[in-house]
Amino acid sequence: MGEVKLMKGNEALAEAAIRAGVDAYFGYPITPQSEVIEYLSREATKRTGMLVLQAESEVAAINMIYGAAGCGKKAMTTSSSPGISLMQEGLSYIASAELPCLLANINRGGPGLGTIQPAQGDYFQATKGGGHGDYRLLVLAPYNVQEMADFVKLGFELAFKYRNPVMILADGALGQMMEKVELPPQEPRVNVEYPWATTGKPKNGERRVITSLHIQPEKMEEINIRLQQKYQKMKEEEVRYQTKNLEDAEYIFTAFGLVSRIAMKAMDLGRQKGYKIGWIRPITLFPFPEKIFQEVAPRVKGILDIEMNSGQMVEDVKLSVCGKTRVEYYGRMGGVVPTPEEILENFERMFIKGE
Amino acid sequence: MAEENVDVLVENIVTPENLVYRKPTTLLDVDMHYCPGCGHSTVHKIFMEVVEEMGIQNDIIGVAPVGCAVFAYNYMDVDMQQAAHGRACAVATGIKRMLPDKYVFTYQGDGDLAAIGGNETLHAANRGENFLVIFINNAVYGMTSGQMAPTTLEGMVTTTSPYGRDPKVMGYPLKFGELIAPLPGVAYVTRQAVNNVQNVRRTKKALQRALEYQKMGLGFCLVEIVSNCPSNWKMTPLESNKYVQEVLIPYYPLGDIKVPEVKK
Amino acid sequence: MTHETVFSGFGGQGVLTMGMILGYAAIFEGKEVTWMPSYGPEMRGGTANCITIVSDEMISSPIISKFDTVVALNQPSIDKFEKAVKPGGNILYDTTTTLKPPTRSDIHIYSLPAGDIAVELKNTKVLNMIMLGAFIKITNVVSVESIWKGLQSVLPERYHKLIPLNQEAFMRGYNAVNVDSAVLI
Repeated sequence: MGEVKLMKGNEALAEAAIRAGVDAYFGYPITPQSEVIEYLSREATKRTGMLVLQAESEVAAINMIYGAAGCGKKAMTTSSSPGISLMQEGLSYIASAELPCLLANINRGGPGLGTIQPAQGDYFQATKGGGHGDYRLLVLAPYNVQEMADFVKLGFELAFKYRNPVMILADGALGQMMEKVELPPQEPRVNVEYPWATTGKPKNGERRVITSLHIQPEKMEEINIRLQQKYQKMKEEEVRYQTKNLEDAEYIFTAFGLVSRIAMKAMDLGRQKGYKIGWIRPITLFPFPEKIFQEVAPRVKGILDIEMNSGQMVEDVKLSVCGKTRVEYYGRMGGVVPTPEEILENFERMFIKGE
Repeated sequence: MAEENVDVLVENIVTPENLVYRKPTTLLDVDMHYCPGCGHSTVHKIFMEVVEEMGIQNDIIGVAPVGCAVFAYNYMDVDMQQAAHGRACAVATGIKRMLPDKYVFTYQGDGDLAAIGGNETLHAANRGENFLVIFINNAVYGMTSGQMAPTTLEGMVTTTSPYGRDPKVMGYPLKFGELIAPLPGVAYVTRQAVNNVQNVRRTKKALQRALEYQKMGLGFCLVEIVSNCPSNWKMTPLESNKYVQEVLIPYYPLGDIKVPEVKK
Repeated sequence: MTHETVFSGFGGQGVLTMGMILGYAAIFEGKEVTWMPSYGPEMRGGTANCITIVSDEMISSPIISKFDTVVALNQPSIDKFEKAVKPGGNILYDTTTTLKPPTRSDIHIYSLPAGDIAVELKNTKVLNMIMLGAFIKITNVVSVESIWKGLQSVLPERYHKLIPLNQEAFMRGYNAVNVDSAVLI
């Protein structure tokens, strides 16, 4: 067993970044995730030589990542909803230029300046592209502090495997709460020469150009086709999810991130009352675990999707089950966290009392 | 004359001792998309000459902007990244911080550098980022067909100031070099032009000095180049060069604005 | 076994630290922990609280609205959380600063003059440790030995010279709260 610590989600993520041998962090402070840049400013450079730079804005930060990632380096940032909105232009460029990078959105309540309390209102933005054009991020949704740490290394592996930005979509509560976390061992920062990276024109080779501009529509379509093939490959190879109690389930609770734990507790409470409830937690939000929903849909009476937003993931659940079972949504918005009791109450209202 | 004879003649004339001009090897041998008479092609050429002469083709990474120079990477035979509009200095920060031993430059127009990218330029300058910014100021948005730039002169007609730039409504022409020169992170600010042979030579010298300062690690270097836009100014190349001399340069005077003290 | 606690008081009273010490102590006993603070502007001198759950099993929701024990370091915390105690649960409060004590008859009500004890110890900063001592006495969520280990983990090294004072404060609270005298159901 590795080193076990009691850590905030934000700190665990920062510590994991140091241990993953990340080369650079560029960011701009915003609640509820400023602990990440504070922790890294304190710890990272002296331990691994990792660059930690507070940018003048999220707009600048994401473009610094573009530059660093274009040199083949492991570059990352973290922010929260309004800051992530500012990064959308840069993300579109990064996705189009096929550069690897990792970012975390410690989602807070919106829209607008909103609140600093936890929310999941950025699901659409995270999973459907977010910026302009046809592109996707690979989105990982941790549900505890351990995964806040674990998904850093995994995120970079996937980012470099697909040369695509990877987002950890968490929320203010996961960022702020402390839990036991087993830290991974320190890995060295490594200097890898990628053939696509701009590190100075090779003496016996072609110059490298990193660009998202292809003025000929046929060429741009080619790029789009390649991107879509990549996303298809992600759908085939990278789907991750977790289930509980599916064997005898008549109903399914589904939720991602922190809410999935609250839904798990609601399931336990429901089972105590005799309702046969199962549980599905998508871990990758893109690619979405469609197949497991397709599988269970014909044999359950209904699926209750629970979110801290107005019902965003529920659209993907509905698309997955394709009308094969009833899908309902329950959630809270604007930074309000639902309780297990109210989830169960609403389940009973919708599915048991037949409303 | 028979064709063989022409070949022989050419062979006799094209010899090293007769060479009076050649393209730098660092410039790709392709047609440029720039309009006839445009200063961009001149700056591309002299900058690539500097890169060739300094022998740093394999050690330099450039950042192309959004604007007419968006395709700079199609001409300059060096590793390059193309940045989002205005973000060249942020992208260059990412590159230089990762590769501090390499030369890094951005190549930006007035809109990219001083309008949409004003904040990125200002803060890169203030952090003393150790790279070169080549700033082409032609007082107009070229690529999007002649709209007003932050550097458009008072009274100057553009498609978005069709009655002439009125400072009361549209603000004043921005002297970005003078704005950032006092910052301690800024090593070198100079304003040059490419409207005549003498100015071209001075500009080339300035570009070379800036790269030397970068090698010494002195900090942010800005080489502003007052240039022309014959197409959008609706002038012949010659007329446009005259306009640079008689109208732009009086407002944007040439010469060094800040020079570092270098111990010899 | 699962024990769900909220520690609540003014920002600066060290309620978040109470949860952290308990959390570390629980880890040393091989238990699962979640520690969920209130955060944001509340931290600037207003009320602050943290929900700390200790369990032998995986903890599902770190955010809960009903508690086994409420530890209230000021009046607003009593006002806010008395109703959130589960029937049969506990509320622990400091009599020194309380004008309106809890009144529910279906919960255990414990109190001690923690503020006065802190004054006796000539250090009001250890109020939280006094209350934590009382909390451990009435709940036994973790052992006192584990609390000492937790204290060592939470206090930065440069403050380790203050450990004896903190231990003294803890034990004063531990002994001052009379479990027998709790207002019983």
